[in-house]
Order: sequence, then structure tokens, then C-alpha cells
Amino acid sequence: MLEAIGVPSLEKLVEVPEPVKLRERLDVVPALSEAGITKRFEHFAKKNSAASLISFLGAGAYRHYAPPAISALAMRGEFLTAYTPYQAEVSQGYLQAIYEWQTYICLLTGLDIANASVYDGATALAEAAIMAINTNGRNKVLASRAIHPNYRAVLKTYCDGLDVEIDELPVAKDGTTDLSDLPALLATKEYACVAIQSPNFFGNIDAPPQTAQAAIKESGTVLIGVVAEALALAALQTPASWGAEIVAGEAQSFGVPVAYGGPYVGFIASDKEQMRRIPGRLVGRTVDVHGNEAFVLTLQAREQHIRRERATSNICTNQAHCALIATMYLALMGKTGLRDVASANLARSRELATRVSSLRGCSLQFDAPFFNEIVVNVHQPAREVLAQLQRRGILGGVDLGRYYPEYSDCILMAATELTSSADIETVCSALQEVVNVASFVTGSR
Amino acid sequence: MTRLASDHTASPLIFELGQDGRANRYVDAGAPLSDFLPKDTLREELPLPDNTELDVVRHFTRLSQRTFGIDVGFYPLGSCTMKYNPRVNDAMASLPGMRDLHPYAPDELAQGALQVMYELERTFCSLFGMAAFSLNPSAGAHAELAALLIAKAYFKDRGQTHRNKVIVPDTAHGTNPASAAMCGFKVISLKSDERGRVSVEELKKVLGPDTAVCMMTNPNTLGLFEDHIHEIAKAVHDVGGLMYYDGANANALMGNARPGDMGFDLMHLNTHKTFTIPHGGGGAGHGPVGVAAHLVEFLPAPYVRARPKNDGGAHAAPSDKLEFYLDFDMPKSIGPMRSFWSNFAHAVRALAYIYANGAEGLTRVSQLAVLNANYIRVKVREFLETPYDEICRHEFVASAQELKKETGVRALDIAKALLDRGFMAPTMYFPLIVPECLMIEPTETESKETLDAFIAALREIVQTAKSNPEAILAAPQYTVVGRLDETRAARQPDLRWPGH
Repeated sequence: MLEAIGVPSLEKLVEVPEPVKLRERLDVVPALSEAGITKRFEHFAKKNSAASLISFLGAGAYRHYAPPAISALAMRGEFLTAYTPYQAEVSQGYLQAIYEWQTYICLLTGLDIANASVYDGATALAEAAIMAINTNGRNKVLASRAIHPNYRAVLKTYCDGLDVEIDELPVAKDGTTDLSDLPALLATKEYACVAIQSPNFFGNIDAPPQTAQAAIKESGTVLIGVVAEALALAALQTPASWGAEIVAGEAQSFGVPVAYGGPYVGFIASDKEQMRRIPGRLVGRTVDVHGNEAFVLTLQAREQHIRRERATSNICTNQAHCALIATMYLALMGKTGLRDVASANLARSRELATRVSSLRGCSLQFDAPFFNEIVVNVHQPAREVLAQLQRRGILGGVDLGRYYPEYSDCILMAATELTSSADIETVCSALQEVVNVASFVTGSR
Repeated sequence: MTRLASDHTASPLIFELGQDGRANRYVDAGAPLSDFLPKDTLREELPLPDNTELDVVRHFTRLSQRTFGIDVGFYPLGSCTMKYNPRVNDAMASLPGMRDLHPYAPDELAQGALQVMYELERTFCSLFGMAAFSLNPSAGAHAELAALLIAKAYFKDRGQTHRNKVIVPDTAHGTNPASAAMCGFKVISLKSDERGRVSVEELKKVLGPDTAVCMMTNPNTLGLFEDHIHEIAKAVHDVGGLMYYDGANANALMGNARPGDMGFDLMHLNTHKTFTIPHGGGGAGHGPVGVAAHLVEFLPAPYVRARPKNDGGAHAAPSDKLEFYLDFDMPKSIGPMRSFWSNFAHAVRALAYIYANGAEGLTRVSQLAVLNANYIRVKVREFLETPYDEICRHEFVASAQELKKETGVRALDIAKALLDRGFMAPTMYFPLIVPECLMIEPTETESKETLDAFIAALREIVQTAKSNPEAILAAPQYTVVGRLDETRAARQPDLRWPGH
């Protein structure tokens, strides 16, 4: 091959100019055989002991049952090793699966259209805010403080880039968004959008009441519904029914493993009016030259490879394979299975709430209706209680003080269909040992 | 030759299959939802189909058979590095200790995951000559955005908010200008010279006190090494600007040259290109962002760090004497780019690939990628124009402009004819400066036999175009559908199943 090319050596072929030649010895991990790699990574995996403990961790990443049929199908090489389906003629299968994903997201959210995916729930929110800014030309964003703190942080990262300001709506005593200042804020007509998450970060159902919906609409502000636990869409009123014009969400719950934070799969759904502002890829159904029904990437004039600096977003690679997994999950579950999972989550989380709140020294922080997460006040630093539970082999939940200094005595606990009654008993007896009842009774803290 | 099943009958949509109640019992059936929540919080209908597992398995198996991947055949897609994805990487990412680890797991119980991220980050730093990488961004474009936000934060920190211009060569990926626009920067497009490279003279004309960043791909999207990169970097630095390296083409120089040594201050990697993470039909990707020392404090949070461990033991491997943690305490950070720390499963895959190669293996990878590209190039120029006729790196561009004048057959037609012959089409009509462009990147994982078969197919297509152009214009004929009516798709958007 070198001869055909007409160069004497590989080194000559890849030669670079003198000033930029590599002069350092590379510090790379040593080469291993495949058997050696397996041994090395099994060693790493063993050091992730948290993966096998009893866990009440949720907060935007949920452990749900995933039928093995999903990985058998999703790991087929045709899907796994495909590129973005730009060549529609040889990508009909994947394009159809994405069209089905878009449809599932529409049916779950109650909205007209959905894109082929974005990176995750947090970036979905940021991109949705940009859609809203492009809709009404306003340059401020209003977001509930009960939205996942990581989502709000990412929203801020994106908004800093665009010099957009964010204001926040506080949390009310019952653990939903405090809307009392909303009318005055809307009256300024400065806000492109108001973003509200339901179920919110605390697990509480937070759909705004009709009066608020009407006020938002009337002021020309876009209501963005945020969803971090997509399973709730199977049970609760759709975001469209509570007035959301755009839904920004995370679909990790649909068969995608928690995998230490990723990859997951974000989605954006919206009403038809937003069709040319929605970021990322869209699959459409059309016909081929012979009149056969066929699928194709469409409305690409919105995208960076055509529009460059005037694109609606810079997104190129999205989360297609995770969206495929979620589509398979939804197909396997069907409405019956999905409702069963939702019901099991409601049952488990209520069992947890009932048991925990009966413990001395523990109480539920909020009283709003919730989905599968609860906030437990342990009346002493949550961090210390969680460390004690950890010593007993239990991951008790997320220390809310990490994000909300005012709730530093509170733990966010999730219960899903994978949480057993035995798990609940185990955490409750451990909590009973750990929680300092005396300080609770005297109220000294 | 690989062919897709030529079955023109469309698969029914999943929504057109099934019967209510045909459910699979994956979890125990629960009580009615209204037992748990007030009625006015619940949705009335959930209009999703119920299907048996067998029907769902057949549905997606059939869809997979109507999809082309690297596992099906050769994928010469320029600037996308469609190399073989070793299965061991997926197996490692699927170990229960990796798959079931929750992002809020305490650091001390997630040491394996943190060590994976740490080793990967350190390796990237050495391979590409950067001071630090953040594994936070989710894909290449996401990392570009992170890098430009870092640049913006850096200039703000230095009181230089007037720097608002980003220079992008006309051969750049579309994500470059789109990312710049998302940071409020003004994009200056720079015309390439007759050698297909950035001209230092032209560059100097647009450089000034308002220059923020110069974004470059090296080798560029023509597959050419920017041989004046040293002077370019110096010119940008002389006016106080930053140099950004788009790592889409990192497979061309990995182990042989480093962006850091070329004067780049910021860069990204597409580990789903260079480090064998499967593209999965368009993601999930993984886009580590790397920075030189003066920009480390602005990286997205969290950042993985290591400190000496007390109980490492005398015989422990050096990395086992460390304890790893996520550092969120970064006051000058641009903030996080995503919900959680990283596309971790992809970090596992990338590190497994690096272990399979080591430094020597990775160096060999880029050498062979360049070898394969040049081999195709010298054969293809026998029957198609190659406008920049010199040694290329991992990819090159050919042009069908003359062929089009002669026969009416365009680059698009050649691409469609390749599909009929069992090959994926090359990247077309990009970069924008080459008319009727075909951009070919074979990668190092293809054998000479595969390259020869591809060259032969391409040669035959060009010959047929000259003798019987209609045969090529009618392609593809052996795929499950023919060319698509894209105008109809855009004018009458049908983006979801409309319902029964």
C-alpha cells in the first residue's frame, strides 16, 4: 500500500512540521489483552460497591425494571453501529423507530410534535428556554426553585452564554412552587418563559392551577413543563392539559440504566406552532420515488449543518440509541404494563412514607400529593444520618442540604417498583437506630 | 457484497399492532391509580398499544434488518470515523457495577467509576497535550459550546468582554459557527487558500483586539494538515485570542502529534469517533473538553480529582494508592453542561479501547488510518478529480464536478449507487468549498480487501455513469425504498402517527 501511495514508510506518511513534532513520551495506560481488560474492569466494577446496596436514591436518576428483551434488541449491531440516518434508503428501520419515539413522546405529553431527542433533561430545559426566547423575543427566564437543581444549573450555564437572566419562583410550605408573586412578575412582560417541573424535585405534583395557567398564557409567556421522572407521564395529567406549550424532559426511566449519570435521553415536545423552532433532528413520514411509504430526516433547514450560525441549536449528535431503548421499553410495557409500573411506584412510595413518618424523630417535610419520591425531615443534619445509614449498607437518599441550605435536615428518598417491603423495613429500622430522637423531642435543632 | 433485505413492504407502526390487554407481566399488577392520588391529578387515557413480547421483538428485529451499520458493511463517512466498535467495550460498560451505579452514589463507594474517569482524563491529557479535560459534555457540539463558554468566562475574568469575534475557516463543521452563536459571539468566516488551508496573511487581516477565539480542525475537513499551524497559533496569541481545536479528526494524529504542541488552548474530542464508542444511530456521544493550564479553573463542574490514600498498601498499583473524588468546588467554573457528571458508560468504553491499544497501539491506529485514506485516494484519482492532490491524512475529498458536466451524474447519484453496491455513502457536499464533494474516510479497521472492493465499486459506478448514466441516476434500486420525496416531507410535515 505504501508503494502505491509512493512514500517509503508510515512514519514519513504521518510526518508533521518540525515545530509541532511530538517530543514527549506518551503517558498512556499499558496495553492489555482482552482477558486482561475484562479483569481490570471487573476490578473497577467491584470498587463501585454502591451499585449493589439497598438504595433510595432517585433525584433525576431512577432504577426501574428493564425487560432483557430491550438489550437483546438494542444491542443488535445494525442499530448499535449505525450513524445518524442521513442516507434514508438504508436507514428505514432506525428512522421508523425514531418516528415511533416521537409519537410516544407526543402521546405521553399530550403535545403535537416531539424531536428525535436531546442530551438529557437538563439540556432539554435549556434548549426549551431558548425556543421560548426565540418565540417572543424576551430576554429573561423564570424558573421554579422546585426544578431539579442540576437542571437549573445547566439552564444558567446556557443562559450565561446568551446573556439571559434567570429569576426563580420560591418553594411554598407544602413543597410545591409558590406562585403568589407570579401575577406581578408576569405583568412586567419581561419573561420569555416560566418553567415548572411536575412531579417536582421533591416528588410533589406541581401542575399550576388554572388561574396561573390562564395568567401565563395571557401575558404571552411560554409555559415550559419539566419532567425528570417520565414514568409519571403514564399516570398524571399531561403537561399539555396544564397548559405547557413546551415540555422538556428526561426519559431515562424508560429502560435506560442509571450508569453513574449517563448516557440518558432528553426530549422536547411542543405545540405545532413551535415546529420550526424546535432544536435537533426530526423524522418525518413521506414517500419514495415509487410511492412507497418511507421515513426521512426532515425540516433540516433549522439545523447547524445547513444553517450554521443561524441554526436553532448547535446540536448534532443526540441520544438516538437511548431513545431507541426507551421506544422498545414503551412498546414492551404497553399502556397496561406502564400503568402497572406507575401503580407499583405509587404503592411503594406510600408504604415508605407511611412507615418512615411513623418513626420517632422522622417526619414528612411536605404534604402535597407526590409520585414516587418523598422528603423526610430527620431533624438533625441529613448528611450525618445518611453517613450512618451508609455504614449499615443502605443508601438512604439524597441530602437536600447539598442544594437547599434550608432543608439540610431533609433527605429526598425514592421508592420504585424495585423497592421491596423488606428494603423499606431495613431502612426504617436503621433510621430508628440512627436518628437522634432526643433532639427531635426537645426541638433543640 | 452485503445487501439489505430488499423488502419494499413497510413495517406497520408499533401503534398499528396489538390489542388492548395483550400485556407482558413485567411487574406485579398494582391497584388502580385512583387508590393513590386525587382523581383530578390523574390522566384519563393512556393511548399506547399493548403488544406481546414476541410481536415487539419481531417488530424491532425487522427494523434492525432495514438499517445499515458498521457491522453490516463499509462506512466511508468523512469526518465521522466509523471504525469497528469492539464488543468488549460494551461488555465492560454493562457490568452490573458500572450499569447500576447511581450518580448520587457516595464517592467512597464509587471509586471504580471515578478511577475510570480519572485514568481516561489523564490519558487524554498526555495524548493531546492538554493540562486537563472535563468529561462532562455529551457530544462534540456540546463540548464546543462548553469550550466557547470557557473562553467567554476567561475573557470576562480578565475584563475583556469586548472580545466578541470567533474566526471559523470556511471548511469548518457547521457546529462551530452554531456553537459560537449560542455564546453570543459574532462569527467571521475565513476563506481557505488555494492549498485548502488557512492563509496566515488572510487570518492576520481579521485578527484584532476584538478577537476571542479561532476555531480550527487539524487536519482540516479536506483531510489536509494545516502546516502553518504554529504561525497561525502565534498570530492569534499575539492579539490575545485563544486557539480552539475541533477534535472531530483526532483519529488522524493521535499518538503522532498533539494539539497542545501546536498551540491550541482549548479542544474537544468525539470519543464516539476516535475511541470506538458506537454511534448508535446518532448518539449518545461523548465530548470531553480539554484545556491548557490557564483555563483549567473555568472547566465545567464537577471535575474528577485524586488524592493520596492512607491505606493503599505497599504493593498496590500506583493508581490504587489514590482516592478519587468529584470536585464541585470550582468557583470560576462555567457550571455544568448536563444533568449528571458524564456519559459514564462511554467513558468505560473509551478507556477499555485505550487499554486494548496502549500508547504504541494508538499511534499505530492513526498511522494506519492515514495509510488507508491515502491508498483509496491514489486509486480514486485515476477516475475522479481529487482537487487537493497531495498526501492526505485520515480522509480526503474527491469531486464529481467534471463527471457531472460530462454525464449529469452528481456526487449524490454516486452515493446512492454505492448504497446499491452494499457500501454506505461517503459524506457529500461537505466541506462546502468543494463542488460535488465526496469526502471519504475509511478508518484503520478496514482490511485492504474491503478498500479494494470499495474502490472497484466506485470505479465501476463512474464507468457506468459514462456509458449509461440513467442506470446511476436511478439508484438506489436494491434498497428497501428508493429516493425519498424530501420536499413533501418538509412541506407536509408528518412527524408522528396521527392516531386511528
